[in-house]
Amino acid sequence: MNPAAASTLPAAAVRASALLVLLAVWQAVAWKLSDPLLPSPAAVFVSLIHHLSHGELLHHLGKTLMRVAAAFVIAMLVGVSVGVWMGRSKLVNNLLDSFLVLMLNLPALVAAILCFIWIGLNETAAVLAVAMNKIPTVITNIREGARALDTQLLQVGEVYRVPRGTVLRRIVLPQLYPYIMASARSGLALIWKIVLVIELLGRSDGIGFQLGTFFQFFDLTSILAYTAAFAAVVFAIEALLLRPLDRRLNGWRA
Amino acid sequence: MKLVVDIRRKRHPGKARDTIGRLAFTAESGEFVAIVGPSGAGKTTMLKIIAGLDKDYEGGLDGAGDDARLGFVFQEPRLLPWLNVADNLRLVSPDLSDAEVDAGLAKVGLVNTAAEFPLRLSGGMQRRVALLRAFLVRPELLLLDEPFISLDAPTAESLYQVLAELRRELLPTTLLVTHDLREALALADRVLFVSHSPAQLILDYPITLTQPRRRDDEVVSQMHHALIAKYPELLGGLGTARPNTEAA
Repeated sequence: MNPAAASTLPAAAVRASALLVLLAVWQAVAWKLSDPLLPSPAAVFVSLIHHLSHGELLHHLGKTLMRVAAAFVIAMLVGVSVGVWMGRSKLVNNLLDSFLVLMLNLPALVAAILCFIWIGLNETAAVLAVAMNKIPTVITNIREGARALDTQLLQVGEVYRVPRGTVLRRIVLPQLYPYIMASARSGLALIWKIVLVIELLGRSDGIGFQLGTFFQFFDLTSILAYTAAFAAVVFAIEALLLRPLDRRLNGWRA
Repeated sequence: MKLVVDIRRKRHPGKARDTIGRLAFTAESGEFVAIVGPSGAGKTTMLKIIAGLDKDYEGGLDGAGDDARLGFVFQEPRLLPWLNVADNLRLVSPDLSDAEVDAGLAKVGLVNTAAEFPLRLSGGMQRRVALLRAFLVRPELLLLDEPFISLDAPTAESLYQVLAELRRELLPTTLLVTHDLREALALADRVLFVSHSPAQLILDYPITLTQPRRRDDEVVSQMHHALIAKYPELLGGLGTARPNTEAA
């Protein structure tokens, strides 16, 4: 197929067929090997239905989602505020920069252990440990955006004495949207990954905890079923939330 | 509102030379003063100082900066691309009704543009919006920083008329910075000539001709030629900013 024809196919069809090809390859390899350590997609699907109807998948998925949401909101709020602050003020940047570098390179495991030991084996510690991993990367992204703000447009606000709040909403934030969206996307991905590790370490519910249990029984089918469940959630968030938001925020581009 | 400008010296940090030497003048309330000088003479810096955007200079101002309601039209339209035209106008004048937006746009010759995003408009149309925005704050002082630069002659001429129309009602004290001498002679009541950087006032030239004038009117051409002939060393090279209309 030539590239021109490919580009006229609906994007959704291209995405879906890529996924189908992946599933087909997986099914074929699983058949060929027929090894319990590589369950086929069909077996995983059956297991997924089982966990949905009889098991506690939804309960654990709900717990994990709550932690993801809380950590995400905290990380974005703190990250965007501090990022703008550091991007606009040399003094603040000099004060916080080494701390930022330290936080950026702090291993997730260290953050988690410190939180659990200092705060206790509870929800606050878990959410905080996850947020701590994300905040520095949000700050780094947003700081770049804040440094690249268009001074010419800021001058318009200054000359016409536009109130600070309006300047932030109408002039500053729209310039930061691409950076915020990039942070949100990569942030969600990072938080998903880390939240499971933290649940494994210090919680008695959530997907991470369940995966730990299945690991002890070498129950690979269940592990993949749980993975598939939250992959579905990730796709839903991308398609129903992030992409429409993207379109809305970019409507002005000619 | 009367404007008193007394800039004694302006040097940008880290530069070896002053951008502005001594620049002192007064503009009477409602007067239209054009400031003409070569590119890079420090004219834009002067406007920034008068607008209060740049406070790092030696000297003083009266009737400018924080004292006066200020309209500013920049070299580029500087509309916010993510806001439609109506919201761009509401940025400076938040209480505008839809009807007031449409009435304002009609005044500058734009219809059905309130909901358009700036990038979908032509450069000339964007400048009309920028001019209207400057007048919506009911300015006492209007600063124009080469707003008609890089426009073709008919578009520039039509914008002169829009400007004259908008000024008639409020009569703000107006400073127009330009390096196009004909434009200055067509629009202003008085022309101040400034030197190469560091900018200094070299000639204060009142114009007594009646308005409206067009930039290619015979009287404007005569004045243009007379000035060039009288001050060749000062004004040489200033009259050629828009050569496509210099013919005939």
